[in-house]
Order: sequence, then C-alpha cells, then structure tokens
Amino acid sequence: MADDLTFSTIAQLADRLAARDISARELTQATIDHTSAVENKVKAFNSLNPEDALAQADASDARRAVGQALGPLDGVPISLKDVIAVKDQPLTAGSKMLENYVSPYDATVASKLKQDGAVLWGRTNLDEFAMGSSTENSAFATTRNPYDLERVPGGSSGGSAAALAAGQSIATLGSDTGGSIRQPAAFCNVVGLKPTYGLVSRFGLAAFASSLDQIGPFARTVEDAAIMLGAIAGHDPRDSTSYKTDIPGYRAALAEKKGPWKLGIPKEYFGDGLDPEVGAAIETAIAFYRDQGCEVREVSLPHTEHCLSVYYIIATAEASSNLARYDGVRYTHRSADAKDVLDVYYKSREEGFGPEVKRRVILGTYVLSSGYYDAYYLRAQKVRTLIRQDFLNAYESVDAILTPTSPTPAFKAGEKADPLSMYLSDIYTIGVNLAGLPGISVPAGFSSAGLPIGLQLIGQPYQEADLLAIAHAYDSAHDWSAQRPSL
Amino acid sequence: MPDTPELNIDRVAELARIALTPEEKAEFSAQLGEVLQHVEQLKKVDVSAVEPTAHAFAVENVWADDVAQEGLPVQEALRNAPAQRDNMILVPKVVE
Repeated sequence: MADDLTFSTIAQLADRLAARDISARELTQATIDHTSAVENKVKAFNSLNPEDALAQADASDARRAVGQALGPLDGVPISLKDVIAVKDQPLTAGSKMLENYVSPYDATVASKLKQDGAVLWGRTNLDEFAMGSSTENSAFATTRNPYDLERVPGGSSGGSAAALAAGQSIATLGSDTGGSIRQPAAFCNVVGLKPTYGLVSRFGLAAFASSLDQIGPFARTVEDAAIMLGAIAGHDPRDSTSYKTDIPGYRAALAEKKGPWKLGIPKEYFGDGLDPEVGAAIETAIAFYRDQGCEVREVSLPHTEHCLSVYYIIATAEASSNLARYDGVRYTHRSADAKDVLDVYYKSREEGFGPEVKRRVILGTYVLSSGYYDAYYLRAQKVRTLIRQDFLNAYESVDAILTPTSPTPAFKAGEKADPLSMYLSDIYTIGVNLAGLPGISVPAGFSSAGLPIGLQLIGQPYQEADLLAIAHAYDSAHDWSAQRPSL
Repeated sequence: MPDTPELNIDRVAELARIALTPEEKAEFSAQLGEVLQHVEQLKKVDVSAVEPTAHAFAVENVWADDVAQEGLPVQEALRNAPAQRDNMILVPKVVE
C-alpha cells in the first residue's frame, strides 16, 4: 500500500531502496500522491515541486543502478521549512514580504542533503519569519494538526511537523529559536531535535534571532533523527558561529551507548500550568528510565521563571536588527504607493509584515533604543548568563535533563488570541535556546482526547550522541511514534 | 528599568521604519504594555556581579583568507529585485 511507504522510516526505506524492493521514483510518486490526497485538510506546504522531485528521484535511481548510491538518504523525500534556501525554489518565510522571492543559492543544509542524494520535496509552512507557536501567523495558510484538524500543529515549524505526521514526507527540517522544532514535534507525535548552537550551519536560513536560531530535523524515530543530524551537522566557513568539532557516528552511537544514565528532573518545570495528563505521561517516562536502571534525581534551575522575559527581550532585539534588511529596496516586496525612499521603507514594511512580526520588531526596537538599552537588553543578557549557569550546574550531577516539551497538548486554532498567553506555551523550551543546549522532543503518549504528548530531553553542549542514545532507549521501547492520525 | 514602562509607539515605529494605522498603534501599545509589565520581574534579579551573555558559547572573530572567490552572477543577485535597469537596482530619487 502506498500509504505504508509514505509512513515508513528512513531506516526502513534505506533498506528497501538498497534491496531494489522499491525505487526512489515509486517512493517519491507515492509521497506526491498521498500529499495530493490530504493536503487540503492539513495545509502543511507553501509550495510543491512534484516534477522537480521526480527528476531528483530518477537521478537517485540512476545512481543506484550503477552502484553509486550515496547512503541512507539517497532517494528519500525530505521537506524543508520555507525559511531555508533551496536554489531555484521559493522562500517565503511565511511572509508577504518574500511572497515572490526565489532563492539564488542553496543553504548549507540543503546542499548537504543534496550531496547525500535526498529528494528535496516542497516548502513547509511556518509562522511568519518563524515568529509564533501555532503556525497561525503565516501570511498564506493556517496549518492544521493531523491528529485534530480543529487544533494547531504548534509552531513555528508547524508545517514540517504536520507534513511528517500526515505522511506527506519522510523527514523534514525546521528551525528552533525558542522551541519551534520541539513544541510542534510534541503536538504532532514526531521526534524533533534542536542541536547545540553552532553544530549545524545557519548559512541560508532567513535569520530571526541569530544567537538563538538553530536548524534541526523532524523524524519519525530517534534513529531517523540521528541519520538526519549526521547529514546536516558540521563546521561551515560561511557561518562564523559554526563550531569546529568532529561529527561522531550518531546512528552507531545509539547501539554503542547503553547507559544507565543519571537524569535530572527540574522541579521548576512541574508547577502551575502543567496539564495533568501531560504530567502523568512524563511521570510514566520517568518510571521507565528508573526501571532501566537510570538514576533519576531532582535538580534545580532557579532562574527558570525569568526565561520568558529574557527571551522576549533578546529575541525581539535581534529580530528588529535582522529584519531591517527587509526594506523594500533589494529583493523584497516594494510598495506600489512609495513616492520617496522613506516611503519605500515605511510602506513596504507596513504592507509586507503581519501583526506578530510588527509587534516583535517594535518591541525589539524599543528595548534597544537610547535610554532603555541597559534596563532591558543588557539586563536580559546578564540574566541569560545566570540561566545558562543553572544548566551547567545541573550537569555536574546529571547526564541529561528530562521535562515535558510543552505544558499542554495542542490547543485549538484561535484559542490563544493575546500574545502573552501564546508566548507561555514555549515555557519549557526557551531555556534550552538561551543556554545554547541540544534538546529533543520524543513522542510519549496521548491525552484522553487523542492528542499527542511530547517528552523533552536536554543534553550537554555538543553531546548529541549521548542525548540521542538516551532518547532512543525510550523511543525504541515504545510504539507511540508508530501511531498514525486518521485523516 | 523604568517603574512604569512607557512605550512611545509613534517614536518607536519611526525608528523601526514601519507605518502603523491608528488601530494598530492602540492595539500594539496595549499588548506590548502587558509584555513589558511581565518583563518587569527581571528587576528582582541581582545582576550586579554578572557578565552579559551575547552568545551561549564563546564566539571568536573568524578571518577568511584574502583570496578572490566567485560570487553570485549579477543576474542571480538581482533576480528578486523589485525594480532594476542595466544591472542596477532602481529606487525613487534620493537627492533633489
């Protein structure tokens, strides 16, 4: 059945492709057909490239026919968030500002996936410029949660999570500034990995907050996430914050690293606002690790209550600077009414940006403005130091930290109308970005209403091999990630 | 931090080069006022002996060798320009 193909893992498909049991063309055609059948419900994509994808698949089959297959991703359809450049494809960032933009070059992650033979398929929807937690802020469509179409898929990488959950792609890439990979992964019952800051090149990613942004994979299993991370990680001279480090065999590490591990439970993450069903699922996961012989102990991250405030000062400050480039002059929307140069700026930005982007640029401009810089931005950077130190202190006694990914399962579209309540849905993920750490969300069960719940594991800097092994121990012992939505 | 956050929306919108409608100004002022109230809690933290963090890990300046490399062809670089002529981007007159 075609559906079985499009809900398969990379690991399964790599074996079948290698055995010539299926071809890349068959797999890609099945993905295109299944997408046609469900996309009007899910709305995961901003644009599709079926003919181009089939041509990439044919090239993969041709390589394989002469014994030159490139590895586990060769011939596998993979979809990129519409904020990562793929040469000759649109990049809208979910914004009218870039509605007609076509990328003249590849992001480093896109060229790495191409080098591994992946079939780059479609551009997934997002909150405009990755600013949001529900994908409702896209200028083009509101992506729906495949497990309940009345609910949001999370955000900002909601299209990447929903496309994978709905069988419209085999793995996807997102970007995570405050939880934008992990929270939608939790809402859509898929694995989502935010790597350590600097592990994956940001070259070709439309910047939101440069000291927090990181590209990472969505996958059906932790094993697939390990395969994807191995493909995209590594130093890049075109990203000056890219880290020089050897990239270990992440997939091989899953079998090599067996634990038992010491896991920390931060007491600050289990207080008011945590949905009881989410809390119960996480308690069950904790019990699982204990049964495996892991030592689980309470840790404290005392500055947790300040994460949201620090994040919304630093992220908006960086965004106000980064988004200054969208000025209507060189490659963006330009207002037809502009009479002079200042008009080009004011009116193009008025017409091109949606409400949440305007709000954040205004806030970021304010906290950086003369007279307020020390009170807001500098103070936030200092509290960021304390937040980061909290995590490093905890790692003196534990290998990883275990928390819920989000305080609640997916909420209804339109439910969080005021910005502050929307921001609070990222409360458990933001600290990881401020501290630059790797974090992963793993499927951990369903609520009584059938909504997915995510378990977050937070690792030590650049120790993704350990983090993935810890997550794999749970994921491979449960079948949550094999569940499918009924669409 | 000021005791009662006052966000002069006209001034900040001008700095940000975004034209806002009167409705947007009223709405954003109220919403951002709430956010600024929330971040007031940072005042409680003693940061007197704390260094600021700009990046989670030490970032060093990176130098590239001074070797010419091929860049984007002009046609590609101007591919998304809203208005162009003779390999240049057109803008409204800047100097009278």
